[in-house]
Amino acid sequence: MTTNATAGETEEQELEEQFVELLEHYRGERGALVPLLQGAQAIFGYLPEDVMRRVAEATGEPLSKALGVATFYAQFRLRPHAKHTIRCCHGTACHVSGATRISEELEKYLGIKIGENTPDMLYTIEEVHCVGACGMAPVVMINDRAHGKLTPEKAVEVVRAFQAEAEGSGAEVTAAAEPAGNAVEVEA
Amino acid sequence: MSRAADKPGGAPGASEQAATQPAKTRAAVIDAALEAAADKNAYLADDTKTEIRICAGTACHASGRVALRKAVDKALAERGLTETVKVIETGCHGFCQQGPIMLLWPKGIFYPHLKPQDIEEVIETSVAGDGVVERLLYRHPGSGEPLALEKEIPFYALQKRVVLSLNGKIDPYSIDDYLAHGGYSALAKVLKDADPSAVIAEIDRSGLRGRGGAGFPTARKWRSCRANPGTKHYVICNADEGDPGAFMDRSVLEGNPHSVVEGMIIAAYAIGADNGPVEGYVYVRREYPFAVERLRWALKQARERGLLGKDILGSGFDFDIRINQGAGAFVCGESTALTLSIEGHRGMPRGKHIRTVARGLWGQPTNLNNVETYANVPWIINHGADEFASVGTATSKGTKIFSLTGKVVNGGLIEVPMGATLREVIFDIGGGMLPGREFKAVQLGGPSGGCLPASLLDEPIDFESLVAAGSMMGSGGMVVVDDTTCMVDFAKFFLKFTAEESCGKCVPCRVGTTRMLEILERICAGLATMDDVELLEQLADDVVEGSLCALGGSAPNPVLSTLRYFRDEMVVHVAERRCPARVCRPLIRYTIDKEACTGCRACLPACPSGAVTGERKEPHRINQKLCIKCDACRQACRFDAVRVETGKPSLVEGRRR
Repeated sequence: MTTNATAGETEEQELEEQFVELLEHYRGERGALVPLLQGAQAIFGYLPEDVMRRVAEATGEPLSKALGVATFYAQFRLRPHAKHTIRCCHGTACHVSGATRISEELEKYLGIKIGENTPDMLYTIEEVHCVGACGMAPVVMINDRAHGKLTPEKAVEVVRAFQAEAEGSGAEVTAAAEPAGNAVEVEA
Repeated sequence: MSRAADKPGGAPGASEQAATQPAKTRAAVIDAALEAAADKNAYLADDTKTEIRICAGTACHASGRVALRKAVDKALAERGLTETVKVIETGCHGFCQQGPIMLLWPKGIFYPHLKPQDIEEVIETSVAGDGVVERLLYRHPGSGEPLALEKEIPFYALQKRVVLSLNGKIDPYSIDDYLAHGGYSALAKVLKDADPSAVIAEIDRSGLRGRGGAGFPTARKWRSCRANPGTKHYVICNADEGDPGAFMDRSVLEGNPHSVVEGMIIAAYAIGADNGPVEGYVYVRREYPFAVERLRWALKQARERGLLGKDILGSGFDFDIRINQGAGAFVCGESTALTLSIEGHRGMPRGKHIRTVARGLWGQPTNLNNVETYANVPWIINHGADEFASVGTATSKGTKIFSLTGKVVNGGLIEVPMGATLREVIFDIGGGMLPGREFKAVQLGGPSGGCLPASLLDEPIDFESLVAAGSMMGSGGMVVVDDTTCMVDFAKFFLKFTAEESCGKCVPCRVGTTRMLEILERICAGLATMDDVELLEQLADDVVEGSLCALGGSAPNPVLSTLRYFRDEMVVHVAERRCPARVCRPLIRYTIDKEACTGCRACLPACPSGAVTGERKEPHRINQKLCIKCDACRQACRFDAVRVETGKPSLVEGRRR
């Protein structure tokens, strides 16, 4: 128990340090609100209330402004988010190739609705507008990796394979599966 | 004013020379700096060498290029060819439907759909040996003949690749590759001539128009931005490619990021060289991690080589570019929303009575162009305005990249001269419809565009013709649909998108699109009357008239074009409560063909709502009251006995029990 608590505390401390560094990096810079929120979300996985307050303070904006921006853009989340994100593309090409049925099948498979987290906080499904991989529509992205030319059954297979891999090799699966793309943003 | 003298950096002594010596020496300084920028020892892509080029675009990446690369490296190592055969990971080749793609030079052999287990054979036959693996070759969509060479494939042979000419050839991570293929020579030329207004005049003569959608003349934008006074001028690249179904900007940034950077520097020079400081931004979608990474790398390299930053190529001109990642809002593709978003506000467009070129980012004159527009600029400077203007139509010059997707055989990224017809693009390059499918419509311009029917297939693709037909160029998304797509549902799809993405600032767009969406939902549910159709039409006009920004003003376009070309289909939904394409679920029913059903019971466990009943070896039935139309039984059936019929369930089948 004690060792666990210490591990948790060190992790929290690390996140805090990263956050302070982020705030310092953007201190006094114009237009820093959006990159700050993006950075904070990359650190914490979502935007907790006290983080929002401190971001607002650091930019000299009222909290209402920061919250207004955070709720305007699709990227920001104000609630904890599952570890892995499954994005069903609902761009035009995917729509005409049967994206609706794929979303439904994945909802059924994971037992959650679009936008919800699984109870173990491992998976969430989102519907997104076009990931720009229309050549292989319909597409589902698991974290930062796109899977194309799917049918409802294949989509479930892909998720099942990911689950097997994720549970087999632990937390590092996202980074391991994605050699180049994860440099920008890992939203796990 | 010689700004060069007080700017440090660049090649030692270069700036002093540029400032104090006459123009001839300035040219010499810039030429020397450009030459010095290239690393003489770097590997350069060359069609005459033995090279393996693997497509590393997003689509091919997702189809497994990483595993492919590993297999190639292993196969080469086993044969001791690692030193003699160069493997290059290039940007998108455009033929995304055939991924992962590999090209073998010096011959130009094209291998599509490769799997790691094929690599041994390919390397043995075509790299170590002199032959081709016929079973793996691309086949002509018409004749089925195997085609070995890239240049023989109609998809490539019929295109005119200008902006995309180096995509798929050079390594996007190598500035040396770009330099060796004439990169930054346009910039050097512009800096040597030292006449910013001449640059604008050249762009003007070329007739280049914005590739982001509206087709505003690029030179006119540059000229007015330049003429507007400010403490700083901003040059922004709009890479917020938000249209669903469009990915050309992503592919240009992924495949040849330096072309965009060079175009931006030239624009910055033309606008700001004798106008005070200029600063650049690229506003790029966060959904494009590869593009961001390659662009970031390109900027870093350009800075290191003296092509970006202080005293560019010893000319005394300063300009640098930052990357700003969008946070996910379609409306931020609009110029005023985009600049507000960079400033850290909600991206809500403002009235355009004062244009961005006068007061844009931070209240300063701002020039905003699309990725593809900038990528055209170096080509125009290098080849001259006349050559650019020789391609295209009277009002739309040059080429345009489209992302061709949907129900076509050969989807992907294509570049064609302006004025090519839709038929040429969809049937000649795109290879026509998937087998057994009939062309129904092509959607252009995304949520701001419209659907065009088969009768307009011979229309030329240029800015004016498309607008006249009720669609628009947009950024170049081209989605082809067949008889399985319901045009009402399709219009509803776009309206749902615009209603969700409306920033909410003005009532016509915020409320108007929502009400229009509700009407469309009623139509698709079989609950609408003809009054609703009339109301829909009226509302569409009101939203067009009353919206503040161009996005709101064009949001009803998908509905208007559907009303114009596919009115019958909409009327059938309303008057007969039928969906001819069998898409709108309340207007279709699932039945089982008694003749075809063998009574195997495979569909029973597949049905999530317990609607299918029946004994073994007896024809099954579907209870229409319980059926949720999930399609599971049809997919489970191995005898093709489940039929989808148009028209509302009459409950006859249910009553019979």
